[in-house]
Amino acid sequence: MNRYRFKGPQRGSRCFPACGCGSEESLVTVDKKNVKMGEFKVHRVRFFDYMPRAITAMAFNSRYERLALARAGGAVEIFNFADNYFQEKVIPGQDSRAVEALCWVDQRLFSAGLNGEITEYDLENLRPRYSVAAYGGPIWTISSNNQGTMLAVGCEDGTLKMFEILEDRIQFQRNLDRQKGRIISLSWHPSGKLIAAGMMDMIRVFDTETGHATHRMLVERGVGTCKSKEVVVWSVAFLSDHNIISGDSAGKVQIWDGFTGTLVKTHLVTKWDVLSLSVSQDQSSLIAGTSEGTVIQFQFISPTVDQQEKEWVRTRTFKNHTHDVRALAHTETAVVSGGMDTQLVVRPLLDKVDKNTQESALRKIAFPHRSLVCCAKKAGLLLFQFPEHLELWKLGESDGHGKPGDSLPVKRKPEKLIHLKRKGVDHICCSALSPCGGWMAYSTVSSVRLYRLQYDNNNISITKVSKLPKDLCSAHQLCFSSDSSKLFASSIHSSVVVVALNQLECKHLHTLKPKSGSRQPVHLLFASEDGKWLATANTGCEIHVYNLDKLKLHCTVPVYSSCPTAIAIHPVTGNLVTVHADQQIFEFSLAQKEYTEWSRRLQKRGLHSLWLERDTPVTHIAFNPRNPAHIILHDMFMFCIIDQSLPLPEAKTVLHNQMMLRSLPEPERIRHSHAFKICKNFQHLLCVSLLEDHSLVVVERPLMDIMSQLPPPVRQKKFAT
Amino acid sequence: MVEHGDIRVVHRGGSKINFREPVITNDSRFLLCASGECVKVFSTSTEECIHDLRGHTDLVTGVQLKPSNHLQVYSCSADGTVRLWDFTDGILIKTYVIGYPVYSIFTSANHEGIIFIVTPVLCDKRSELFQLVAVHLPQSGDQLVETRELSAVLSDVGSNPAAIAFGRGGEYIAAAKSQQLEVYFFKKQKSYRFFLKEDNKKGRKNTFTCVACHPKDDCIATGHEDGKIRLWRNFNHKKEYTYSTLHWHHSAVSSVCFTPEGTNLLSGGVESVLVQWRYNQESQKDFLPRLGAAITHITVSPDGALFCTSHSDNKITIIQSCVKVSAVIQGLVKGEGVRTDLMVDPRSKALVLNGKPGHLQFYSLQRDKLLYNLDIVQQEYIHESGLQQFEVVRAAFDASGNWLATVEERKQDVAELELNLKFWAFDEQTQSFVLNTTISAPHEARITAMCFCHAADSQTSMLVSTSRDGHFKAWQLAPPAHTEDEGPSWSCDFVGAYHRLVPECCCFSADGSLLAVSFQEVVTVWSPSSWELLTTLSQPPGAVRDLCFGRLSCSKYLLGTNMNNLLLCWNLLTCSLEWSTSMDTSLLLADPLSENMAAFCCQSGCTDLFVFKPNEPRPLFSHKAVCSGKVTRAVFAPREEMLESCEESSQWLNCSQLFFLTQYTDLLTFTTKAEEDRLMASSKQLVIDDSVAMTPFYLLLGKHRQQQDTQDTLSSLSAERTPLPQGSVAIKELLQTPAHVLPSTSFLCSMFVQSLLISVTDSREESKYAEEEMQSEKEEEDSEGEMESRTSRLEETSLGATETAAPPLTKAQVRELRRVKKLDHSWLAGLLDS
Repeated sequence: MNRYRFKGPQRGSRCFPACGCGSEESLVTVDKKNVKMGEFKVHRVRFFDYMPRAITAMAFNSRYERLALARAGGAVEIFNFADNYFQEKVIPGQDSRAVEALCWVDQRLFSAGLNGEITEYDLENLRPRYSVAAYGGPIWTISSNNQGTMLAVGCEDGTLKMFEILEDRIQFQRNLDRQKGRIISLSWHPSGKLIAAGMMDMIRVFDTETGHATHRMLVERGVGTCKSKEVVVWSVAFLSDHNIISGDSAGKVQIWDGFTGTLVKTHLVTKWDVLSLSVSQDQSSLIAGTSEGTVIQFQFISPTVDQQEKEWVRTRTFKNHTHDVRALAHTETAVVSGGMDTQLVVRPLLDKVDKNTQESALRKIAFPHRSLVCCAKKAGLLLFQFPEHLELWKLGESDGHGKPGDSLPVKRKPEKLIHLKRKGVDHICCSALSPCGGWMAYSTVSSVRLYRLQYDNNNISITKVSKLPKDLCSAHQLCFSSDSSKLFASSIHSSVVVVALNQLECKHLHTLKPKSGSRQPVHLLFASEDGKWLATANTGCEIHVYNLDKLKLHCTVPVYSSCPTAIAIHPVTGNLVTVHADQQIFEFSLAQKEYTEWSRRLQKRGLHSLWLERDTPVTHIAFNPRNPAHIILHDMFMFCIIDQSLPLPEAKTVLHNQMMLRSLPEPERIRHSHAFKICKNFQHLLCVSLLEDHSLVVVERPLMDIMSQLPPPVRQKKFAT
Repeated sequence: MVEHGDIRVVHRGGSKINFREPVITNDSRFLLCASGECVKVFSTSTEECIHDLRGHTDLVTGVQLKPSNHLQVYSCSADGTVRLWDFTDGILIKTYVIGYPVYSIFTSANHEGIIFIVTPVLCDKRSELFQLVAVHLPQSGDQLVETRELSAVLSDVGSNPAAIAFGRGGEYIAAAKSQQLEVYFFKKQKSYRFFLKEDNKKGRKNTFTCVACHPKDDCIATGHEDGKIRLWRNFNHKKEYTYSTLHWHHSAVSSVCFTPEGTNLLSGGVESVLVQWRYNQESQKDFLPRLGAAITHITVSPDGALFCTSHSDNKITIIQSCVKVSAVIQGLVKGEGVRTDLMVDPRSKALVLNGKPGHLQFYSLQRDKLLYNLDIVQQEYIHESGLQQFEVVRAAFDASGNWLATVEERKQDVAELELNLKFWAFDEQTQSFVLNTTISAPHEARITAMCFCHAADSQTSMLVSTSRDGHFKAWQLAPPAHTEDEGPSWSCDFVGAYHRLVPECCCFSADGSLLAVSFQEVVTVWSPSSWELLTTLSQPPGAVRDLCFGRLSCSKYLLGTNMNNLLLCWNLLTCSLEWSTSMDTSLLLADPLSENMAAFCCQSGCTDLFVFKPNEPRPLFSHKAVCSGKVTRAVFAPREEMLESCEESSQWLNCSQLFFLTQYTDLLTFTTKAEEDRLMASSKQLVIDDSVAMTPFYLLLGKHRQQQDTQDTLSSLSAERTPLPQGSVAIKELLQTPAHVLPSTSFLCSMFVQSLLISVTDSREESKYAEEEMQSEKEEEDSEGEMESRTSRLEETSLGATETAAPPLTKAQVRELRRVKKLDHSWLAGLLDS
């Protein structure tokens, strides 16, 4: 019962409408903070039509506390749940790849999709390692046994194929008895001897040794008009006590006895589909995601206090989604859910976590934890990165003056200069624009492309640089030096390729390598203003600083346990500022090769609890050349100016004190002000950057705009309608 | 001013039957509910009150069956006692003296000899802290037992008995208060507390309203202010407890209840819908909508066959478990507030006040039963809070009871007020009031007072209404202006005003020759015949609040009260103030049958009553602190029979009874010791009467003969029964026996008709009967066996109950009865109603 469906199950074929052009506006406003914070002309940009993709699959690795998440475009993201749910890695998608299911085997990640292939990912190089065709039509599901030796996939043609997991590849072993009708879902019994497979209208239990089906359990169809429609068993779970739990398209969660193949209990949960199930590690709790956007928890508890016998009882209902909950993961302490509405929601189970801690807060992850916007400071250009294309925009202009808070008349409208479609099937994984606006580069997993941009009056010409050095075949991150003479591209094993650019040719200068020999990909690059330093950060939490004059490693910042989310080198003092996923801020002096006095003071004092409780990471750091003491950083919900010359806030002081300060008389303000000046006027920020003319560019993407572009949710009866 | 010990304030008639959860007996035949100072025993099938269990001297606050003996019941009261009754015979078995006011009582089969009661912590009536106390009932043969073994179980509970419930097998007790649920395990002697957040996101309230425990599983259902029901499980863990949420109600859930087998959960609230949830399959639910008023309590009979819901309009609905309403027990409806004055219908002697929204109710105080509702507004009432709807705000009867005037109003905004004045004529044929005239917008502003001219001999009826618009209007029954009009209708006869002052009250003298209308500080006296302003009385300053003419020998006096807390008495012959006294009178009332006047005075939060004659300086009777708060509604109800009290202080109660409403809309009255004794005695007699076996056949056939034999003894037994002037013994039997002990009406009708018929039967008719008999012969044969067994069983019961066996019916007699049953007697129903 789903309006997305054509014939048969259609989990994979739901897609979004093409990203339409959103509101294109550039409100140029003057924004005045209090005296000390400074006054900026702000370009309020809302023409970045960033549209996240629907979440289609999820797998949680409880041992390493990593969540793998697949999106509609085939992109796979890895979240580190041990490190503040930071999005560590992103493997870009591919046109043909639609990931239907994900599966962890120890540290290896496998996926299967409707293209009929099983893919293993290279998590160090952020690309698919290899793909193996299963030759059974589209694959709906993939699952490994507890021992980590076998993979089972369910195919469209009704076969259950077993693959042996080898050191470096997987090998087809055999087919289990072929059935009529596709296999939608499967689950291994923890012993590895049995597999439950959800099909159309039925569930079958297979013996993995003989390959024969031992039980065939018919699932009742829905009542009413859906009686004629066959019911899809979207999800099954085989428990160690031989109970099988199924969720189906008739909205039922059913518990079956796996020994006898009989129905034990039916919970009618929704009028629509139950799309996903997930069982906790200790098998005492079960969650089911529905088309209505609800997640329903069942718990295995004894009906009477002193009795040992237990039964599954429906308990809590979480409603954090507006659309289908396609993917679920039950971690030790939380329910992780994602679906059509593109948000990843981590809902802690309050009986498993301590109250009022970082863990007990509901988290919604809507935006990627990395920057998709590149700003050319000198030229006033913005580069927006989409999976399929790049957009280059010129900011609007205004010569008006106004009171703080006024919006100014726009003299020249913002203008879309270039819409560059990528080549090939691989999606764009990173892009960069040189500060002068003369160079543009992007990379996919297979190639790097560099373009030369030239402006004469109102015309812009773009030419592809045809000959690129061989070492520059793929990059995880791209960055131009401040004078646009060099391009830095992070490559395999945390190395950075340095390419010199000039009008005629581009030449490979050097490949910088860290001494640690880390194999983790570099996800952050920053070249200092004076062109002397290059800082890199990789997902192994290492930060290296290279001397570009000598083209060798200058120093390594002491490794902090949390992954850096933004790094920058101060143009005046030459200090490296790093912000980490756990919201800590460090300042490292490159000259002394040690933490600065201010950083030590900050650590001693400790950050304000409100600052630490924020749940989105800082994704960008900028500096104000007019006032060297100012550090500008932003996350999704605010941007903040840290004034290093002011005293740090005490634990008791009010962190958000802008309103209060404004009401105070001038001399009083100094006494009450502290280093953190937080502005929440702009929300859902993708980028905050300072241009050379001291105007601030703020790129917003309101969540409402994203929601409005989603397909309509399933119809639900609302009270009093 | 001596307090009179033998007169006390009692709840009698019109008490709340929805105050506490009722109890259904094990055999589902009786429903017991706390009502005022007694426990009423109703029959679940006939809705009739069988008897009252009297003995408590204060409000009864709880009724519980004794778990070890299903024929006995505990009742607790604010008078500090718990009493044990045999409810079938209405006998008080034991009285346990607790010593503190008891607010509710709980029992469990697992705790023998222990009852659990809720008492205030500081033994202070006003205190908000309550505790749950276990009382070990001493084993003693005495009737009056002092309990000494009290032990506190839970120290902080709510006073609402719905928020406390025993769990599976009495192993634990769950109590909820505001946002906290506490579960106390008796075995472990340990309690767990669970807290909800103050408010959830949407600002709705999470407060607990009621609690119920599953009889078989460890599952606690709690109702909440925001309409949610939570099912708690695993509550023997501090942290790993869990709950699921059911949400159908849109506003507070007032009661939840599991069926005895635990298969269903019932819930109810303001929506007036009984919701039946399947336990463990909560997505399936059944509804019983349109129950009339908000549900306050839900009870299930021990065998699960009957549900019963109490409603906010003082009603108990008995519902068969197939979710079908089978009986409705209706008490005096007090709704959201009494808007009209209390009145007594001169015809039926029933108490009249506004009841259901838009209705006037006629309530028999003697029988403590709602007679009928008169639909005044004649519009559909919409169950939604905050919606302004038409309400009956005033009503008045004329002296003979032929006319009824009602005022309904709806206030949409401050500016616009919709008013209707309606006149209703009593129709002899239908024995009810029929709308005669509707006057929309009779006044421009709210009507402040309304009264009929009570002169018995006057030919024309007249009504005077006063309004805030500064006018008073006289309405008169005018003959039809046009010939085609069917009957006389009411029209405005006179509009009076006085110096643009606002008239507050009006009053006709007993003979109808004078009309007094008070205009703030001035009392004007008019002659209704000529509409001439006779005189004005305005001596003491202060706006007049109440006006009242003296009666009988005191008819020369006009009494009034004013804002300056003065009670005034003018002599109309001298047109001067006769006397005045300083008291804060909230209500002044004249007894229509005597010279007595009653004045309720508000003093330091309590109300005192003074009964006096205007011509005597000394009050006849005074009672300090009859109740807390202000009394604004009271009525003298004439007695059916005069009391022969010779004591001076209680003489004023001889011909009429004074009923009054407290601020909590409790209807209270005064009773004398003699009266109480008589009532007790009569109830004892009734019990004896009842204990005689009541098979229908015995009643109809056997008893008559006996009665005729022992006519004299029986008449002495039932002294208060006055024999009807006409009619046979059978009729008397029919009309006087309580309905619940009678056989079904179809049986009775035939017997009744036969007793009326002249015993010459038409031969043609007989042949027709014969034909019918032939037709029905066949089906009779089918059911013969069943029939046989039934009669024999009935016989057995009769044998068991009494020594005198009823003569068994022959088959022919049974057939005869069935034949008679088939006849159509619908015409009789109408006759019986009249």
